Amino acid sequence: MITKTVNQKAWFLVLPVLFIVALNAIIPLMTVVNYSVQDTFSPGVFFFEGTKWYREVLSSPRFHGALGRQFMFTGIILLIEIPLGVAVALAMPRKGPWVSVCLVLMALPLLIPWNVVGAMWNIFALPDIGLLGYGLNWLGFDYNYTQQPFAAWATVILMDVWHWTSLVVLLAYAGLSSIPDAYYQAAKIDGASAFAVFRYIQLPKMKRVLIIALLLRFMDSFMVYTEPFVLTGGGPGNSTTFLSIDLVKAAIGEFNLGIAAAMSILYFLMTLLVCWVFYTVMMRGEES
Amino acid sequence: MAQITLDRLAHSYESNPQSDADFALKELDYVWDDGGAYALLGPSGCGKTTLLNIISGLLTPSRGHIRFDGNDITARTPEERNIAQVFQFPVIYDTMTVAQNLEFPLVNRGVDVGEIKKRVDEMLETLDLAGKANQRAQGLTADEKQKISLGRGLVRYDVNAILFDEPLTVIDPHMKWQLRTKLKELHDRFEHTMIYVTHDQTEALTFADKVVVMYEGEVVQIGTPEELFERPDHTFVGYFIGSPGMNILPCDVAGDSVRVAGHTIKLDAEYLPPRGARLELGVRPEFIRFAENHESGIPVSIESVNNVGRHRIAKVRLSDLSMNIIVPEGQALAATDHRVVFDAQRCGVYADDHRINPTEDSRGFRHDY
Repeated sequence: MITKTVNQKAWFLVLPVLFIVALNAIIPLMTVVNYSVQDTFSPGVFFFEGTKWYREVLSSPRFHGALGRQFMFTGIILLIEIPLGVAVALAMPRKGPWVSVCLVLMALPLLIPWNVVGAMWNIFALPDIGLLGYGLNWLGFDYNYTQQPFAAWATVILMDVWHWTSLVVLLAYAGLSSIPDAYYQAAKIDGASAFAVFRYIQLPKMKRVLIIALLLRFMDSFMVYTEPFVLTGGGPGNSTTFLSIDLVKAAIGEFNLGIAAAMSILYFLMTLLVCWVFYTVMMRGEES
Repeated sequence: MAQITLDRLAHSYESNPQSDADFALKELDYVWDDGGAYALLGPSGCGKTTLLNIISGLLTPSRGHIRFDGNDITARTPEERNIAQVFQFPVIYDTMTVAQNLEFPLVNRGVDVGEIKKRVDEMLETLDLAGKANQRAQGLTADEKQKISLGRGLVRYDVNAILFDEPLTVIDPHMKWQLRTKLKELHDRFEHTMIYVTHDQTEALTFADKVVVMYEGEVVQIGTPEELFERPDHTFVGYFIGSPGMNILPCDVAGDSVRVAGHTIKLDAEYLPPRGARLELGVRPEFIRFAENHESGIPVSIESVNNVGRHRIAKVRLSDLSMNIIVPEGQALAATDHRVVFDAQRCGVYADDHRINPTEDSRGFRHDY
């Protein structure tokens, strides 16, 4: 028989982590929770308001609008970036000197600071001087993202696809590189078609990294702020005002602390919930 | 099922091979029988996997041709060659069930549904996987997965050959024996030509009718397990096959007497070795014995004696040479005055690592195996 030594002192080793997490996550979060249930008229004077702000946020058409645009934006970029990323990864060379060239090219957009990406596209797409904007108009398209909601949407999406598809490519490529040659050889011998190789070897082997890619892209795009803010500032009108832009307007622009805090909590819970649902659905059957 | 002809086959991984050393596989010229079980045996890097991949069509040889039943298939793809291959690590399609895995090669070839069902059911039965037919292949053990890999080859009744690339590497020792028995049984039943790559002599000797021993890109001997043991053609074969391997002792040869470290050993035949060649005497530890009390023999000193179960292995020293001797069970070793006797009929003479034959006229009194 092996007797296990029981030593509860080990729990003390967790204390430093608990301390750091408390400082950087729990305490700020609790502050927001605090604001979301109170109202104030002057510094230091607070009234408890219960769920008032939550009810107000959930029933406001403005919030519904921002939320709807947010889901639409996230949905569209996921539908484009995940398949495109996988396709690019499949097309990349597996061996030879071109591998590093491709990897560096792919990594480039990821290295550019987000506000710079926004600024780049802002100028790039300007109809009077930007290469893209001027070019489109020269070709006969009536394109002006500062005035047309559709053009603004298209530009925001194109920018996100340009900026973030690389991440999916790199993750998918990592998944592909981990497949041993024997799988491809066996498939050849079994007479599998190129589609069957993708469907039964590459896709299942990429599944885990694709789940990570999907979760990362979901979270990032659901919280997107900097790039569309720099590009369109949420306009024209409210047409590209996503949740986080709306939240900042409420918190800083209008100084509605209660509303902004309630929005933040709801926003956080939604992100958490959607991630959990994604993960649970995708991993179902993985254990059996 | 096919007879496999290797017609002056050679392969180099370099684009422009200059010397012999650039070749991973040096020129081969052999015909392997239809329905035979061949094992390619050799250490890592000896070219056995290269040869296997050339036969399966995953690799195109730099020189020479390969023929199945006389048809040149050098330029054909693995699929066109109609062969099956089992790899070192089990290859299964994770998302499919066991039965779907076995169906896959047949579905791809457009075999009709009834026939697929019949063959897959039979194969599940043969591989003892019937109970797991509808289970996802992902959760199975390594040996079950390897059985599926094998089964995907066997469901295609008409394969020309089944190739194995060290298929038991990741299998637990107690399962190895079972799977090997299964392979042997399947070979007897389907009579496919089977080629089995391994670096494990036990696997090779138990599985194959003919063992192809490879060393540094060359086939050094093809023979039955008995031939490899009794009459190794190359010092490497002597050393690689057997446990412990053959004793290889530098020597001088004059007619039927061999001088090793200043002592003369009489052989049962005369040899005329090529001039200037490096000569060695090869004798297996099984064929050296300690001399009886008053018998004459070559004096040696014992360095160590290891008990390995049924017998003991004595490591002895003869001036600066070291030898292994197998001491049968029950034989006592004297405390001092150790002398050894070589079995003259079981000694071989090697010139530059290759076994040489005795001269023609001395053959008459030589024991033939």
